[in-house]
Amino acid sequence: MVSFTDREWWGLIHGMGFGALFLLAFAGGLAGLYSLRPALVTEAGIAERMRRLRIGVVAMAVAAWGTVLTGTWVVYPWYREKTPASPRSQLLADPATADWHSFGMEWKEHIAWLSPMLATAVAFIVIYYGRNLIRHDRVRRTAMLLLVLAFAFAAVAGAFGAFITKVAPVQ
Amino acid sequence: MTVHDTTTPAAPAAEVPAVPDKPEGPISAAIIATGVGAAALGLFTTLAEASTTVKDWLQFSDPVGPLSGKTIMAVTVWLVSWAILHLSMRRTRYETGRAMTIALVLIAVGVLGTFPTFFQLFAPE
Repeated sequence: MVSFTDREWWGLIHGMGFGALFLLAFAGGLAGLYSLRPALVTEAGIAERMRRLRIGVVAMAVAAWGTVLTGTWVVYPWYREKTPASPRSQLLADPATADWHSFGMEWKEHIAWLSPMLATAVAFIVIYYGRNLIRHDRVRRTAMLLLVLAFAFAAVAGAFGAFITKVAPVQ
Repeated sequence: MTVHDTTTPAAPAAEVPAVPDKPEGPISAAIIATGVGAAALGLFTTLAEASTTVKDWLQFSDPVGPLSGKTIMAVTVWLVSWAILHLSMRRTRYETGRAMTIALVLIAVGVLGTFPTFFQLFAPE
């Protein structure tokens, strides 16, 4: 029978719950922004497209905040417990795995926080500017760049999170 | 109002319903504030590594450690700077291109400041 501890559940919520939602929302948000051009949308499609885009970028921002908040305030304290069995202690105890903490975790725990700020800015732009995005290509492209940056920073954090969990899981 | 897309001339252009044109200032404010928040995170991370006094002060929560203070302070700086920039730029037409350039420089500062190989250079011997 498959069972998870409370800590493993929180790890799943942090990485696979919010993380998967973030990925999904990013793909939808990027596609929505990319195609938000007069030549690619019909009049009837604009309202529907804008509604979907708003939902997508807000979901992405919520998922990004959910990821960093659960990661920092729920999972991370277990990771760094001052006990020999904590993942941090296990990684640092072996020179062969110490870099997973001193570089991987140290970068992940900080860089991840850039993602929700960027995602929130994108959500603000889409909600504030609305249909003006269709007419102002420069703003639309700027929003896309911010969205891609939010994803890139989350990807760095997510990749290190997956690798570190593989080497020394929170249990 | 008819809007023409120059990148895909073969496709029919949609009639974009007339909506009031909004100033870009608030967008630029949000973009620059993001850069300020990123740079703040980089700064707090490096300062915490360089000074045990700063590191101890940033330990708002014992279980989370100094990361609690770094992130709370960075988010606070981000939100406060956003509010100030928004109020000062809300009626301006400040171009998002310029705002993005400023933000990218600040984000680069943030990435550098949170990069372990960099901030660990400042760790006491």
